Amino acid sequence: MAKAKRNSEFIIERDKEKCVKCQACVRVCANNVHSFDAGGDTVSSDPLLCVGCHFCEDICPTGALRISRNISDIKANANWSRETVRSITKQAETGGILLTGMGSDVHLKDYFRHIILNAAQVTNPSIDPLREPMELKTFIGSKPGKVEYGFNIAGGRKKYFLKTSLPPQLMLETPIMFSAMSFGSVSLNTLRSIAQAAAEYGTYWNTGEGGLPEELKPFANRAIVQVASGRFGVDIDYLESGAAVEIKIGQGAKPGIGGHLPGEKVSGQISRTRMIPEGTDALSPAPHHDIYSIEDLRQLIYALKEAVCYRKPVGVKIAAVHNVAAIVSGIVRAGADYVAIDGIRGGTGAAPTVIRDNVGIPIELAIAVVDQRLREEGIRHQASVIAAGGFRSSADVIKAIALGADAVYIGTAALVALGCHICQKCYTGKCNWGIATQDPYLTRRLNPEIGARRAFNLLRAWSVEIKEMLGGMGINAIESLRGNREQLRAVGLDEKEREILGIKHAGETW
Amino acid sequence: MNKLCGDLDYRVPSACGITGIMDASGELFSGDSIYASICNMRERGNGLGAGFAAYGIYPDFRDFWCFHIMYQQESAKELTENYLKKYFKIRHFEPIPTRKTASLNRVPILYRYFLVPDKDVQEKMPVQMSDEEVIVSHVMYINRFITDAFVFSSGRNMGIFKGVGHPDEIGEFFRIPDYRGYIWIAHNRFPTNSVGWWGGAHPFGLLDWSVIHNGEISSYGINKRYLENFGYFCTLNTDTEVITYLFDLLVRKHGIDLELAGGIMAAPFWLQIERVKEPETAELLKTLRIVYAQALVNGPFGIIVANQNFMVGLNDRIKLRPLVAASKGSLLYIASEESAIRCVCSEPDMVWMPRAGEPTVCQLRKASGREKVWLKQKETANL
Repeated sequence: MAKAKRNSEFIIERDKEKCVKCQACVRVCANNVHSFDAGGDTVSSDPLLCVGCHFCEDICPTGALRISRNISDIKANANWSRETVRSITKQAETGGILLTGMGSDVHLKDYFRHIILNAAQVTNPSIDPLREPMELKTFIGSKPGKVEYGFNIAGGRKKYFLKTSLPPQLMLETPIMFSAMSFGSVSLNTLRSIAQAAAEYGTYWNTGEGGLPEELKPFANRAIVQVASGRFGVDIDYLESGAAVEIKIGQGAKPGIGGHLPGEKVSGQISRTRMIPEGTDALSPAPHHDIYSIEDLRQLIYALKEAVCYRKPVGVKIAAVHNVAAIVSGIVRAGADYVAIDGIRGGTGAAPTVIRDNVGIPIELAIAVVDQRLREEGIRHQASVIAAGGFRSSADVIKAIALGADAVYIGTAALVALGCHICQKCYTGKCNWGIATQDPYLTRRLNPEIGARRAFNLLRAWSVEIKEMLGGMGINAIESLRGNREQLRAVGLDEKEREILGIKHAGETW
Repeated sequence: MNKLCGDLDYRVPSACGITGIMDASGELFSGDSIYASICNMRERGNGLGAGFAAYGIYPDFRDFWCFHIMYQQESAKELTENYLKKYFKIRHFEPIPTRKTASLNRVPILYRYFLVPDKDVQEKMPVQMSDEEVIVSHVMYINRFITDAFVFSSGRNMGIFKGVGHPDEIGEFFRIPDYRGYIWIAHNRFPTNSVGWWGGAHPFGLLDWSVIHNGEISSYGINKRYLENFGYFCTLNTDTEVITYLFDLLVRKHGIDLELAGGIMAAPFWLQIERVKEPETAELLKTLRIVYAQALVNGPFGIIVANQNFMVGLNDRIKLRPLVAASKGSLLYIASEESAIRCVCSEPDMVWMPRAGEPTVCQLRKASGREKVWLKQKETANL
């Protein structure tokens, strides 16, 4: 084929003074960007192959490499950006759907950025989390509307006993969990890192739809096991080993479509975990073919509850779409113990770019309308709400909780903690950081012990920040912030947006 | 835990003053002492609100619900009275007796009505409701939808008297020393923004409940949304309202003990629950916290709540507002400051600081059947 009619996205600069020709870059790059010519004793690079993951830059012992964006641009045009032209050029070459990885990178209004938090002054003392208890403990599961109890009087003292029994709950030490990432889309070491971090911190990780690898069984009691449309890896042992079961209906990065793990990635280990023959494509259908409506979902929820003898919460994950409030209301009425909602900025291992960037609604709006609708219908206590989709900092988390989420799922942030530089090439299977790949040469770059520590540190850092912000508001338990939109104000949002979010504008008093 | 978050009085910024006196034997006593007690804390208010609640003051109408209503104008009175006539049998009504007080401004029209729900109307209703439900729904209706009318007291054999002014002025105005009751609570307000409306003063009341409150509730946003699920609408934009409704929901509707209701609103920390030895009690406390998470009242507060049968003092879970209790014979005193107790009871049998989050409960002897009339939870605070 002729030379590609597009220029490279990145510029690779090699400082000849610093380069000692050790060829580390040549050996590590899975995209074969760097090469060594023994005859000429030169190391050269092909920027067209570079994905911008910065792994070579990171590993170069002398700091000789620098990867930067290629700012060479076409004539300025408000409608035809370089990215647009590049996309069309690629499609002209291949005739296919453009694929991408990670969450959407297009500029869509960032509502979190337009929401600000309160702090206590004078009439209400702020609380110092280093001196006073500050509670983030969170329970995910269905709650009864009221508690009934009885008591006996023995020795002049009341001895209470409960009459209400609490449905099964997940107990989180912080309202942050790791989002679903399947074995297949990410490496075993990646999962091992986050599973161990979740177990050590006292929160949960999620198997995604790829089954539960044998090696991760020690962390199964902290795992939410997913049942997706492909039913990969699902059997009674799988359901029984997890802490909760999650039916995956949709994903924020690709609402309405299924998944495809190409056969070349289905190695022996993945084939055993997913329970499919080695080398076959793992296709997740777009819908569950046994769920064509809400009453079918109810059957699956109760089939799973029966399977786990009502000892574990059964939740449902959906993508945030236009009618999300009514859909969630239906899911709660169908018996789900929690509903996870994934917003338009949610990540993925592989999705069509056009869908990732154009389908779904922002998670902030989804949380607000779902929480409000469930309250209006008097069923908010029947299920927890977990928000997902592009949470970048503890500020995003605390705002989501104040809008009404019980907890959040983080995916991309956890991968960044493990080294990911968001080059968006997860779907190629050539992740130099050893995350979104199954190539043993690449996966061993991620040491799961170090990974676990880094993921744990992330949970800790965000939790400590949340405690600081809570204390600043004069609140010492996360449940007093949950759904407490009085602590939020909008900056630069119009009346309709504020109405949907249920928050006042900055400058408005209580 | 108590070392960490015990009696941190030194952190408390000056704000409202609260005081309450109850005779557990049910003996009536005049409003003189509560009047003296609250006036002793004049410094804790700024003249923008004061009020009293008294139980046992209407023995002649003990079986009738008594609505105290304030009207901003005559037309609202007419509308409201037509509404009341439609749903209630009114046994007696009259202007609330007052004494002209020159220093008070914007005095509303004040009336009281002794009434019972009209059974004939009740029977025609599609759903059967208890008298309490009927009263709550009508109070909510009037306060939400009839402009310039506000029901500020709706219990039996009890009444709330409040307005914008210093406690001595409001006490004078409503002739507080002329009444005789067995529970008295009083409030002196220091709001941060100026209010001209009499309805915003404390105590707040619903049915037989009355609440006075010193503090600010950081969890207001969620407490309010939680209560809306149960048909309580916060119309006053003050946080004390939510405390009143939370008590009504937890104690009256959900049948939860006072001590436990206090333990929901000022819930023990998880670390404290973990240390509870009896597994049944620990399980109960844990379940209450999980189920009633939205009823946790966060932020600094000292409150006194009263009902026909009891008076309760409660602090927030790290005691960010002052509260002192004392006893003398069958009398229990709870106040923001010890001086407010000593000025009416110079030699109490006992004085103590209720701990953070632990309710101080005084029950009417005939209701509790107990000789001992007050309960300090755990009986630990010994002086």
